[in-house]
Amino acid sequence: MQWLWENRDLVFGLSLEHVRLSAIPIIVGLIASIPLGWLANRFRVTRAIQLTLFGILFTIPSLAFFITLPSVLGTKILNPVNVVVALAIYAIAIMVRGAADAFASVPRDVIQSATAVGFSSVSRFWKVELPLAGPVLLANLRVVSVTTVSLLSVGALVGNGALGYLFINGYQRDFPTEVMIGIVFTLIIAVLFDQILVAIGRVLMPWAHGVRGSSRALTVGGAA
Amino acid sequence: MIEFRGVSKQFDDGTLAVDDFSLVIPSHKTVVLVGSSGCGKTTLLRMINRMVDPTSGSILIDDEDIAGLEPVKLRRRIGYVMQNSGLLPHRKVIDNVATVPLLEGVPKRDAYARAMELLDTVGLDRSLANRYPSQLSGGQQQRVGVARGLAVDPNILLMDEPFGAVDPIVRADLQQELIRLQQELGKTIVFVTHDIDEAFLLGDEVVILQVGAQIAQQGTPSEILANPTNEFVANFIGVGRGKRRLSVDGSVESNGNDLVLVDSAGHAAGVVDAPGGVIANGDSSPKSRSISNKTDQAGDA
Repeated sequence: MQWLWENRDLVFGLSLEHVRLSAIPIIVGLIASIPLGWLANRFRVTRAIQLTLFGILFTIPSLAFFITLPSVLGTKILNPVNVVVALAIYAIAIMVRGAADAFASVPRDVIQSATAVGFSSVSRFWKVELPLAGPVLLANLRVVSVTTVSLLSVGALVGNGALGYLFINGYQRDFPTEVMIGIVFTLIIAVLFDQILVAIGRVLMPWAHGVRGSSRALTVGGAA
Repeated sequence: MIEFRGVSKQFDDGTLAVDDFSLVIPSHKTVVLVGSSGCGKTTLLRMINRMVDPTSGSILIDDEDIAGLEPVKLRRRIGYVMQNSGLLPHRKVIDNVATVPLLEGVPKRDAYARAMELLDTVGLDRSLANRYPSQLSGGQQQRVGVARGLAVDPNILLMDEPFGAVDPIVRADLQQELIRLQQELGKTIVFVTHDIDEAFLLGDEVVILQVGAQIAQQGTPSEILANPTNEFVANFIGVGRGKRRLSVDGSVESNGNDLVLVDSAGHAAGVVDAPGGVIANGDSSPKSRSISNKTDQAGDA
């Protein structure tokens, strides 16, 4: 506790950095996965290709990603962009499958009847398919959120891991308290993100009480 | 008036769902397409609002070939009610009813006011307006479906087994409601069902279909009952044997004005007016049949 108090500026700064660096990939993952998931659900051929491709992407070890991305992107190894891009790719890899499932979860009956009463395909996507895919999208986004927050720590090995710095520093100095503080604050951020997502879901999908899946958040762990 | 002219539909997998089908559906009447599953009746229905386009032949609404019409516009002026209501689960009842007017750009206030009136029309309490469909019973959902179908005051109402998924008591209720509504509104209703009792109850005209949407017989319920054209029809409507083949039960004493009727298995099925022991000759015009007579008919079967 005393250590925390003395280093509050450091921990607070790292936490803010952690929030910032993990929020971007989560948002990018969501936005990119919606069209990709819709395509994957719509056309069987693209589904097979996409799900395989993104499945393979997710198996690339994160550390290897962090180290090789600078040469691909032409950035410096210490540039935080590397970590953000890598995490965004992971987020998309998880979310595409989830988004495809989300669009598949929209009842066919409802799509048919929406077409029958005269929705154009564009208005049907925005007013029917996307909202009804919402609960499953949200469930998957919560998985991505937790994964991203925890995976970001690995970036500390290449100098950009926000709270991950406390793990490496604490380990090198053989100082468990610092590692502990790092874990606790990572956890707080993960829970905070999750609660924010749940709250957003409540506001946007008041009709979905009881439909929302939540247990899946625990079944996919970090890929570190 | 809806007219099918030599319409065929072959699906991508090769099945010939509809084979050279021609039919004229008169305005302001209820025409019921009835047949077993897979006979193509739903495909026929969906051709009317271009959910399905025919492989050959043409369909005309009021002498206008619908192949030349924009599908979305066409659908917005045709009411559509389906099994399981097909309501949007994420929209409140009032928004579901007002769906099409809102899509058409009708101001929200007007669309809502009209939707509220429609709830009255279909016999739903206005207090349900702010519920979500999942908070309603199956019968209530179906009523909302009908209200939505009527929202743009369409001339044509397509109904695809709308009462197939509700329990028999609620179904009977909804059927009566539809008969009442139709007397008020006089829409051109095309109704699809596999239930011959429902077809005879609701249809001004009934079209019995065989595989490939081949018309086995068409006519008023009385015409079909009186003269089934072939054995398929006779069996389908149950006059060949079974519960519609009724005969007078001579073994029971009657008070002189009613005779007991039994079906072919010998179960009592109803009574017939027989003043002085002679069966009365009723007015045979179908127009004169009151709703309650129709109900009795269905109840007997």
